Amino acid sequence: MTYQQQSTAAPPQGRAGASPAVPPQAPPPGPQGRPQGPDAGPPRRTAWAEGVDRLRAGATTEPGRLRIIGAVLAVLVVTFGAVTAWEMTERSAAADDVLHSSQPLSADAADIYRSLADANTAASSGFLAGGQEPAKTRQRYEDDISLAADKLVTAAANSEPGSTSAKTITDLNKMLPEYKGLVERARANNRQGYPLGGAYLRYANAKMQIMLDDAERLYTVENQRLRSDYDDATPYPWIAIGAGVVAIGGLVWAQRRNYRRTNRVLNHGLVAATAATTVVLLWLVVGHTVARAGLNDSYDHGVRSMNTLNDARLASLKARSNENLTLVSRGAETKDVGTGADKQTVDTFDYDFEQQMKALTTKLAAAEDLADDSAGVKPVEAATGNMKVWKERHAEARTQDTLGNYQGALDKVIGSKADKPTGECFDSVETNLKAAITHERAEFEQAAGDGRGAMNGLVVGAAVLAVLAAAGAVLGIGRRLSEYR
Amino acid sequence: MNARRLRASLRGWGGVGAMAVVCALAAVFALLLPVAQSRENDDGEPGGQRTAGGYQARAEDCTDPEKQSLSPSSGDQDGDTVQAIKDRGFLIVGVDQNSYRFGYRDPNSESDDAELEGFDIDLVHEIADKIVGEKPKNVRFRAIPTDQRIPAIQDGKVDMVVRTMTINCTRLEQVAFSSPYFETGQQVLAPKKSDITGLDESLAKKRICTATGSTAFDALDAARTAGTLPASADFEKRTVPNQLDCLVRLQLGEADAVVTDGALAASQAAQDPTVGLKGKPFTDEFYGVAMKKDADDLVRRVNQILVDYRKDGWQKSYDKWLAESLGESSGPPPVQYK
Repeated sequence: MTYQQQSTAAPPQGRAGASPAVPPQAPPPGPQGRPQGPDAGPPRRTAWAEGVDRLRAGATTEPGRLRIIGAVLAVLVVTFGAVTAWEMTERSAAADDVLHSSQPLSADAADIYRSLADANTAASSGFLAGGQEPAKTRQRYEDDISLAADKLVTAAANSEPGSTSAKTITDLNKMLPEYKGLVERARANNRQGYPLGGAYLRYANAKMQIMLDDAERLYTVENQRLRSDYDDATPYPWIAIGAGVVAIGGLVWAQRRNYRRTNRVLNHGLVAATAATTVVLLWLVVGHTVARAGLNDSYDHGVRSMNTLNDARLASLKARSNENLTLVSRGAETKDVGTGADKQTVDTFDYDFEQQMKALTTKLAAAEDLADDSAGVKPVEAATGNMKVWKERHAEARTQDTLGNYQGALDKVIGSKADKPTGECFDSVETNLKAAITHERAEFEQAAGDGRGAMNGLVVGAAVLAVLAAAGAVLGIGRRLSEYR
Repeated sequence: MNARRLRASLRGWGGVGAMAVVCALAAVFALLLPVAQSRENDDGEPGGQRTAGGYQARAEDCTDPEKQSLSPSSGDQDGDTVQAIKDRGFLIVGVDQNSYRFGYRDPNSESDDAELEGFDIDLVHEIADKIVGEKPKNVRFRAIPTDQRIPAIQDGKVDMVVRTMTINCTRLEQVAFSSPYFETGQQVLAPKKSDITGLDESLAKKRICTATGSTAFDALDAARTAGTLPASADFEKRTVPNQLDCLVRLQLGEADAVVTDGALAASQAAQDPTVGLKGKPFTDEFYGVAMKKDADDLVRRVNQILVDYRKDGWQKSYDKWLAESLGESSGPPPVQYK
């Protein structure tokens, strides 16, 4: 692809007519004849100036022009190939990150958030059941804590040292054992039958709220990272497309020029070059469009659904632990809500329960809107149904509690199946949301995998075809050039 | 021209006048503020009579709040209020579920009806048995937060509140109290090994925990003003939502001492053998049963029940719940009616 102006350039041609295969003509009339040899001019000249001069001289003859055209075409095609390879490498790397790095990390952050909230819920459920907590609740609590600890290690390994995420993870790592210590103290006191246990559990819960805020921040950051990977993977490779159009334009112009001068329709080399370049351009546009569609689909129907469902699940978990804590605290904590005439004192945990139920309602409605197939809609609908029953049963439990029937309220919250407790509804909401998340995750992986797959081979293919096209262009021009020898 | 100048100068004087009025109002507010604050401090640990602080002004029209109750023989004991309870078939009582040995629920109770128990609860059962008659489920307990005790009575959500509630002048304006059934006072609670000896110099530079808005907090404030509490004692930013949370802070080493009334301090000490009461109570307070302000018949009836209870039942209940942490008792507090 190197282009060298030969010093034995044919004498320049005059004003070019359309005459085909014109033999070399008389020497140039004017001062365009340039000095032969490097030491011609009295002042020493730069290589650049010399090169420009040679080029200018070359452009005055047809073979010289052809050489220049050949070189320019080759450069255009190769540039097109290189830009395509570069832009698509970037995009497919970002798509890889979406699939294999940022989405799993975002899911991990969601897991940390969820398992912490779940541990808090399990701790309060177990506490309510009495000094001897049920083995199932205890197991759930332990599993949650160890899952959170595991995921924190992964998250720490993937966070940039010194970043806010790294600091948040460190904080969470510090607070996790503190929280666990408080829960153990609560359990020990509850076993002794001391109300102090309840005070410890409220303190543990307060600590957990700080941890949940941190976990939420982490989750948000990971989601932003995922979003930015999507933003890197999906935009059209405009530079490559532009380069492709220019390259094809150049090839077409060269062939048209060739046709005008020689009346030959086809120059095999140039045609091959045009075909190869067109293939690369089409592949680029179509392949990227398909990939982009797949990725966008995976975001709209996978990631957004998953995020909404995760939010719903967290609201349900928080509502449940507040419901439990209402019975644990038994009016030990109140807060003022509203201002002025509407100001009233409410039970902190009962109020928080209501807030989380509102969030759950909103998120479930949003998730139902986002779900795009019946397999996705069904579990969300079921969860919505569970939530409605939960609200009804919760109202009954509250009535029992305010009537002074504490045991009745307790049975309505953590009782056995015969009592129709709210715990049953919470469990069903959990199960259904879990199913919905699994479904959306599969949808995400399918769509994102398809999208990523559409980029396969594009980089290598573009590079190889561009080299072939450049070779074709050079050969095509070379053939035409040989006619001057 | 002249008129305009006059108006301008008047306007100038008007400004000065307004400022003077504002200053006067501010001074009045500043003077009234302690009184107004004491009304809002309607929480937890009771503050009957204080040794110092902004209560002197009130003391003139309200001395010995524990002696303001109606004598049982002063009138009808079976009026509309009592009759309504009888007709209903059960008594509704506001109680605490978190005060160990006074009113609490044993999470490990073998019985499956989650009964509450404690010194206050014994008294409630006595009252219910006497008013409604001895039968199962003759009382319904409602757990109410400390700061909801008075609203619950005023709104008629409960017939009475038996919840370590101190008889004081502010509350007497809002609810009616029975004769006193328990005597206590603000006290310091600290680890037994601690060098704290009570409300004195030993609290210098110590972190003291109190419940938010509690009278324990006010008592500490007053003690600092009076000079009995060292200025370096750190308590302003160490308040917690509930008195029991103080024991949590104490056990976690986030506080060095707790101030609450002696009965609740004893209830805390009963849950942790390594902490103990330090020094004598530094206020004198009485617990009473709180009822609706105009329910005179109910007040007389409860006072009658208390007369009998003091003779029989009181000591038994004390020995069962409180003797262990409070020591031997010299019996129920003396009674004087209005």
